[in-house]
Amino acid sequence: MFSFHGITSSVQTWLNNTFNPTITVMIESVIVILLAIALFAALGLVLVIMERRVAAFMQIRLGPNRVGPWGLLQSTADTLKLIMKEGLTPDGADKFLFNLAPFIVMIVAMLILAPIGFAKDFQIWDINIGVLYLSAISSISVIGILMAGWASNNKYSLMGAMRSGAQIVSYELSAGLSVLSIVVLTGSLKLSDIVASQENGWWIFKGHIPAIIAFVIFIIAATAETNRAPFDLAEAESELTAGFHTEYSGMKFALFFLAEYINIFIVCAIGATLFFGGWMPFHVGSWEGFNHIMDYIPSSVWFFGKTFFLIFVIMWFRWTFPRLRIDQLLNLEWKYLLPISMFNLLLMTIIAIMGWHF
Amino acid sequence: MVEELGITAEGDQVINIGPQHPATHGVLNLVVTLNGETIKKVEPHLGFIHRSIEKMCESLSYRQFIYVTSRMDYLSSHINNHACALCVEKGLQIEVPQRGQVIRVLMDELTRIASHLLWWGAQAMDLGAFTPYFYAFRERETITTIMEETCGARLTMNYMVPGGVMVDLHPSFQQKVKEFITLIKSKIDEYDELVTGNIIFQNRMKGVGYLTAADAVSYGCTGPTARGSGVHCDVRKIYPYEVYGKLHFDEVLETEGDSFARYLVRMKEIKQSISIIDQLIDNIPDGDFQAKTKAVLKLPKGEFYQRVETARGELGVYIVSEGGTTPYRIKFRSPGFSNLSALDHMAKGGKLGDLVATMGTLDLVIPDIDR
Repeated sequence: MFSFHGITSSVQTWLNNTFNPTITVMIESVIVILLAIALFAALGLVLVIMERRVAAFMQIRLGPNRVGPWGLLQSTADTLKLIMKEGLTPDGADKFLFNLAPFIVMIVAMLILAPIGFAKDFQIWDINIGVLYLSAISSISVIGILMAGWASNNKYSLMGAMRSGAQIVSYELSAGLSVLSIVVLTGSLKLSDIVASQENGWWIFKGHIPAIIAFVIFIIAATAETNRAPFDLAEAESELTAGFHTEYSGMKFALFFLAEYINIFIVCAIGATLFFGGWMPFHVGSWEGFNHIMDYIPSSVWFFGKTFFLIFVIMWFRWTFPRLRIDQLLNLEWKYLLPISMFNLLLMTIIAIMGWHF
Repeated sequence: MVEELGITAEGDQVINIGPQHPATHGVLNLVVTLNGETIKKVEPHLGFIHRSIEKMCESLSYRQFIYVTSRMDYLSSHINNHACALCVEKGLQIEVPQRGQVIRVLMDELTRIASHLLWWGAQAMDLGAFTPYFYAFRERETITTIMEETCGARLTMNYMVPGGVMVDLHPSFQQKVKEFITLIKSKIDEYDELVTGNIIFQNRMKGVGYLTAADAVSYGCTGPTARGSGVHCDVRKIYPYEVYGKLHFDEVLETEGDSFARYLVRMKEIKQSISIIDQLIDNIPDGDFQAKTKAVLKLPKGEFYQRVETARGELGVYIVSEGGTTPYRIKFRSPGFSNLSALDHMAKGGKLGDLVATMGTLDLVIPDIDR
């Protein structure tokens, strides 16, 4: 199997031999930061064009098809336009917080990229509390959204921000609990361990019905946490015009917009890692020949394939479902999803203790 | 900051929805008093698209003023024209030939379907589902193409004239309408699958925006808005005009009175309109499509009133004539205006999201309210 391990270790060795350790670490962090930013930008562009094409596919129209081959450069052109636009700050706004908010949202989105394994041995930071880190960092983004809503000095923005706060804080719980049920099966918080544990089958297949329930809850909570339809109450176009980013324009708006798409990528990547084995190819128990053939497909293709499939599902939601109301949204979480996922976690613990999983 | 946001001591805030807002479908300004997300008061402010159509009509002849009325409720311009033509015919005591009457009814019902389709898409969009809008437009496009062939216009048709219709039907009219009927029958099931049966949609629509039958009557609501509350008010049934008296169709009534009831009324009305078209499309009588009228129309001195059922409710045309070539005074009783007046009553106590959903079920066309 092709591995990034060779590349990364040879770069590491070469740097170690050429420079002293401090400079090596500095150069490595610069490389990592550049790669992360490049990935951030590339994902934003790809996902925006993907969303528009998926929407067009659902809505019996063509979608962007003029700029570049098959309209692929449309989002690049849009980004250029947004960069050139004036970034307005409203008169009554709290200027410092107003300008800070998009950066907080974006930085949080970039931080979560760290522990995700994009391919075999290709991970920025294999932290031993990876799952905890993910859920801790992802809750910071709500601060950015609240900040944006409050600092805009706009009632629509404020209402959007309050909705978003209530929503993200609530759905964090069931997202966390459904992630925990996989942690219970694996016995490790480290994402590389979770991937390694799925070598002979993904957890969604190995974990019986509780794993499927956990996955369904996770995908619902993930949609809610990223403020996507049917849970897009923070933006709620027909009610709040644009919700918490009503007053933003130009590149500051683009940062919110990009952060939304990066967040989708991240939650889908986490979903793929936990339930579909991350970069792990599709293996079936002891079928040596079959597993061997599957190994020929590069691990990064597996990872991105699974992630983009989940992204497609989330986009599919957006273009199919109407929006929930704020009280229905909170009822769904506190009255249905949370009790179910608690019970599900209990069930999963019993399965893990008794060793009933495959 | 709190003072700047205009939050009162009780924690209420006043928020302006419109005149530029995606939910108002036009230039309507709603001044909404909110407590958190809960609505305490809705105050509609009108007049942003007032073009004084009634005053304009006073300086236009009886043939000309009908064309202005296409711009009132632009989604049912045929029916507006129809009402005016009927009122003028009443004054002149003109008998419209059978063929003209049938063509008029066919056009009315096609317009009603087109209008309800657009409303269906907009309603789903108000609730945050964008895709139905495109599906609705796909089917509506077929109707506008049929209209374009016969009337020469897609939105403001100006097809009804005193005495009948302006020109005869396009040769392919019957065949195209039949094709459309087959198409829409299958598509309605698709709509029900995509939107009506959706659990989120039903939760958003059921139990919000209640309007009792008594309130509907006292606010003067008509059309699907009142019929959703069980008020028997279909002008086509109560005061039949043209060939409606001879046709077999049901007045759709729902007794629940909430947003979902109004939704169901409109969806079922599409089916009723289809059945009306089914009855007429093969039985268009031969003969004249227009009665012989004088070149210059002069209504006798007096007052004339005619009501018709538009897609939104009862449209009344009231003409006062002094015996001249132009009306002395014209007044339109537009359905949207009365239906909007009930919005405060319906939305009070609900959430902000409910306001949008409820306003959607009223099927407001702002130029119809302001005129």
